[in-house]
Amino acid sequence: MEPLLDVRNLKVEFKIDKKWVAAVEDVHFQLKAGETLTIVGESGCGKSVTAMSMLRLLPKTTAQISADEILFQGRDISKLSDTEMTKIRGQGIGMIFQDSMTSLNPVKTVGKQLDEAFLVHGSVDPAEVKQASINLLREVGISSPEQRYKEYPHQLSGGMRQRVMIAMALAQQPAIIIADEPTTALDVTIQAQILELLKKLQEKSGSAIILITHDMGVVAEMADRIIVMYAGMFVECSPTKDLFTNPLHPYTRGLLTAIPRKDMDIDRLNVIEGTVPTLTDMPKGCRFYDRCESRMERCKNELPPLYTRGESSVRCFLFDAKDGE
Amino acid sequence: MLKFVGKRLLIAIPTFIGITILVYVLSSLAPGTPLEMIFSDPHATAEQMEVLRQRYGLDQPVVVQYFNWLKQLLSGNLGISYRTGNLVWVDIAERVGPTLLLTFSSLTFSLLVALPLGIISAYRPYSIWDYISSALSFVGAAMPNFFAGLVFVYLFSVKLNIFPSGGMYDSSGTRSLGMLLHHLILPMLVLSIQQVGSLIRQTRGSMLEVQQEDYIRTARSKGLFESVILFRHALQNAFIPIVTRIGLMIPFLFGGAVVTEQIFAWPGLGSLMVLAINSRDYPVIMGITVFIAAAVLVGNIVIDLIYCLLDPKIRYE
Repeated sequence: MEPLLDVRNLKVEFKIDKKWVAAVEDVHFQLKAGETLTIVGESGCGKSVTAMSMLRLLPKTTAQISADEILFQGRDISKLSDTEMTKIRGQGIGMIFQDSMTSLNPVKTVGKQLDEAFLVHGSVDPAEVKQASINLLREVGISSPEQRYKEYPHQLSGGMRQRVMIAMALAQQPAIIIADEPTTALDVTIQAQILELLKKLQEKSGSAIILITHDMGVVAEMADRIIVMYAGMFVECSPTKDLFTNPLHPYTRGLLTAIPRKDMDIDRLNVIEGTVPTLTDMPKGCRFYDRCESRMERCKNELPPLYTRGESSVRCFLFDAKDGE
Repeated sequence: MLKFVGKRLLIAIPTFIGITILVYVLSSLAPGTPLEMIFSDPHATAEQMEVLRQRYGLDQPVVVQYFNWLKQLLSGNLGISYRTGNLVWVDIAERVGPTLLLTFSSLTFSLLVALPLGIISAYRPYSIWDYISSALSFVGAAMPNFFAGLVFVYLFSVKLNIFPSGGMYDSSGTRSLGMLLHHLILPMLVLSIQQVGSLIRQTRGSMLEVQQEDYIRTARSKGLFESVILFRHALQNAFIPIVTRIGLMIPFLFGGAVVTEQIFAWPGLGSLMVLAINSRDYPVIMGITVFIAAAVLVGNIVIDLIYCLLDPKIRYE
């Protein structure tokens, strides 16, 4: 079956001190209908940039996006004009942002902002939009939605605001929902509720979800497939079960051992020694070279390609010889 | 809402009294007395001068004079002009119209020019509009209006002869709206030029800032067109600091009017103020002070109300 989304060789560059520097490059992935794909990685590794670049939500003056192809429902959206792109946003691909306090307009009521999502491509008759909004607020678990409809974002709690964000992304029933760290700004019990809600709504609507997070707990809870990012590149892409039981890339292994476990008695948390290279000073070879426990001579000067291993792919020379066996 | 306005009015009272004290003390510190300035009849005897001094209460200490004046004000009386002998409010009433016409037309003109230019230059940075508006705002903000006034008179009245150099009407005796507008243009431009400069900078700055906000990105992610995002999401947020700037413009408009009216012989409060100061006509100085202070304070309250409309957080506090 043809994938819902097929991204080939996506690259995003930022202007830093008058020079263009690649923040994300060589990104390839596919998303199937109804699937939940998560992108994990530490802060600044390019997770959000990858997501936002597909919808062209990065500021044009400082960010430059290129790709061989971004096929969405068989159509290459990387070649669309800006006007055509507005039809993809919201309707084809919806987005939920991290910080619901700043991501909602402080001077517009919740209702007005939600109405707008329904009205923008004329999916609902203006006379019925208020009722549609109130129904959707109720569906995302907001109590007394008639009252909330009239309120401003600062009058709502963080969890409730995030529910409003979700409602806004769902209003046009997009085929894909990109959720950029939707639970990071929330406390743990609310996090669980929001994830539960996302799952429930996904079951109902059949949308595919691209979930961006740095929380391995969230990943285990939600994902069908996982992409691990490091310093602007995908280093591994595996089905959830495989990734947790048999991580391939040394970075993935490091990440998993860094998760504290309650079934083991440990004094100190495992950490990956060293720091991420900066954008302006990327190594020529493997980007994880400095911190890698299994590094080899050739990793220093040669960038490994993505090797396929069963359902997984991994960017590491350890799998070079075994590839294609 | 009523409570909010009431609170603002109460806060305005001490401010108002403070202004009157300051102006009273400052003008009494100026060298020369009204008697010397107005009644400088060389034949007047010392006794006659003394009689006048007592009649106007000028023999008393400044503090007592001030309280007498305040008492008079509270009973609704601004006193009598030393210079003309008219009731002060009659003299002021005659001059209020032209000043309000000048200041309000200048305010309107500044907004009409600066807001669109500021918005365009924020949306199209480094475009020709951006360069034009940057040039305008630097020149405008750096040009004092007494200088701009002289330059404009030289250029448009003396050299090009397209606008009159002063007055509200010409000397033919007929009065028409067209003639009034023709006379209004130069002083209005001169009074606007600095305001336009600072307002363009403010508008451009706050529009640029708002464009970076997360909620603009959210609006974009819903699939809204840029123009819709500008009018429905960006403007209202960007206007909050712009309105502050407009509020700060009001006192400058009245202050600038004093100079501008003087240059263009505009028969408003500003030129009356200059006459009054030159002759140490305390009641008129204070009368105009009262009027301008009240206008500025009312302006500030209006600005506060606009804040309430723009920002729900202020409204609900």
